[in-house]
Amino acid sequence: MALVTDIAVIPAGKERSSVIHFLVRLFREKPLGAAGGVIFILFLLCGMFADFLAPYGMNQISPRNRLLPPSWAYPFGTDNLGRDMLSRCLYGAQLSVIIAFTAATLATVVSVAIGILSGYLGGKIDLVTQRFVDAWMSFPALIILLVVVSVLGPGLPQIIFTLGFLLGIGSSRIIRSAVVSVRENMYVHAAQSIGASTHRILWRHILPNIMPPIIVLFTTQVGAVILVESSLSFLGLGVPPPTPTWGGMLSGSGRTFMFQGPWLALAPGLCLTVVVYATNVFGDALRDLLDPRMRGSR
Amino acid sequence: MQVYLARRLIALIPALFFASLIVFVIVRLVPGSIIDMMLSQNDVGADKLSRDQLIQTLGLDRPMWEQYCRWIGGILLHGDFGRSLWQNTPVSELLRARLPVTFQLGLMALIVALLIAIPIGIYSAIRQDTAGDYLTRSFSILMLAVPSFWMGTMVMVFPSIWWGWSPQVKFVAFTDDPVQNLRQMILPAVILGTALSAVTMRLTRTMMLEVLRQDYIRTAWAKGLTEKLVVVRHALRNAMIPVVTLIGLQAPILIGGAVIMEQIFVIPGMGLLLLDAISQRDYPIITSVSLVIGLSVMLINLAVDLGYGLLDPKARYR
Repeated sequence: MALVTDIAVIPAGKERSSVIHFLVRLFREKPLGAAGGVIFILFLLCGMFADFLAPYGMNQISPRNRLLPPSWAYPFGTDNLGRDMLSRCLYGAQLSVIIAFTAATLATVVSVAIGILSGYLGGKIDLVTQRFVDAWMSFPALIILLVVVSVLGPGLPQIIFTLGFLLGIGSSRIIRSAVVSVRENMYVHAAQSIGASTHRILWRHILPNIMPPIIVLFTTQVGAVILVESSLSFLGLGVPPPTPTWGGMLSGSGRTFMFQGPWLALAPGLCLTVVVYATNVFGDALRDLLDPRMRGSR
Repeated sequence: MQVYLARRLIALIPALFFASLIVFVIVRLVPGSIIDMMLSQNDVGADKLSRDQLIQTLGLDRPMWEQYCRWIGGILLHGDFGRSLWQNTPVSELLRARLPVTFQLGLMALIVALLIAIPIGIYSAIRQDTAGDYLTRSFSILMLAVPSFWMGTMVMVFPSIWWGWSPQVKFVAFTDDPVQNLRQMILPAVILGTALSAVTMRLTRTMMLEVLRQDYIRTAWAKGLTEKLVVVRHALRNAMIPVVTLIGLQAPILIGGAVIMEQIFVIPGMGLLLLDAISQRDYPIITSVSLVIGLSVMLINLAVDLGYGLLDPKARYR
């Protein structure tokens, strides 16, 4: 037993150099993906430090400065209540970061749990689980979200939980297929034959070997969560106003004023597009480098 | 073929059972409080129906399994989806009026998506690594990131500011005035179709590249066939098989997008019906619409699988 543990422990120094090596490969082979990664990190920082970066408060009303076009004082212009659009976009980023990370983490945990159980145990459990996943996937994500939010009422925790479970159940397929292919490896059979417990095999042999698809899945989930959350806010069922959300800023009362101030329609949409684009190309690059089998699967 | 069709239809039964169960359970996630929510959130209906009446109308006084059996039995035996809580119209009537509208929007969007994706995907593959290839590919990844509700908003705002033009909001049915109807539907269909085309375009390109490297294509070239014949007759048909699967997989995305387009362009389809029902907490409509949407996705996927047979002789009679 001691021997196995010794091998499993990777010296810290080696791990660090492999991370640097990976980053060098990312920048050299996938410059667009690396650029996406940089934008993605900027988005994270904007969200985390929105309180310091925003020049005005998120709901600071200034009636004298209503509907001002973009200028030095207000780079993204102001809305119908004289609120600074840049500050609102930054606070919108904060909310997106919170929802994206919690929901994407939850989704990943859910899909790994379902995928591992269904893929490793197989048999009847697999069959029933897969029929359930089939049925679940025949509902558009937005429809289930709308229905659940209509029952639970709009709010941050409801959205995070629903999005997490929703995307998690759907993408458990990807994890399941990875598990099925890993399960047949010689080292798994070897572990089974020396009598290792299922728990141990799952943690020590299966999980480490399906890490690449898990990481890739997580990044694609982040992009998906941001898009679905903003659609929900756009339909008026996201985090309720006056909290600024990118989707919410494009709907509701602001909509009638867009004809006088078209910058109201531009800023939040551009933020969304840039962040989702960056996440997508970053995710694609990670997939190509980490998990060549998944290439072209999206 | 008949055996295959029969087997697929039988396989639909467990899927439908799970789907109905999902819809049924979600709406009853918070037992009891649905009533409080309906009474507190809807002032219009609250004075019409008392608490006990509401519980009885929804059948919430009975055990869960009985509620489920009554609900699913009504649908299966009489096509009875229940009645709208506030308007008291049969939900089946509403569905009959709304379903064709969403179907039309979805079909038009799909046609637009294929018209964009397939020619560009083919072009990208036969001119691999040229400037045109890079341009169309970057464009497709970009389209994947643009939220369709933002696109819709921009289309409403900017033409109106620049040229004083805005899309018409009064809906005209196709059967009343086809030209007017198409003029109204084409814009949302194009927005939805463009968003959808990105993934299809990428897959068409990948599959074409794979097929074009096969031996029989080299033979076709060696026979001295023209590029058009090689690409269209020999390569495309084989490359299309996975693309057809993708269309089935995209059905939920298409319907989800249709909900948003219906909201922006005020098109009275299933999406708008659902959104209105949600704002009024009209649960019989919410459950029925979601169930019908789930069923539609399953049927689309079935149709896609049957379509294989036409494209791929290897897949026939299995």
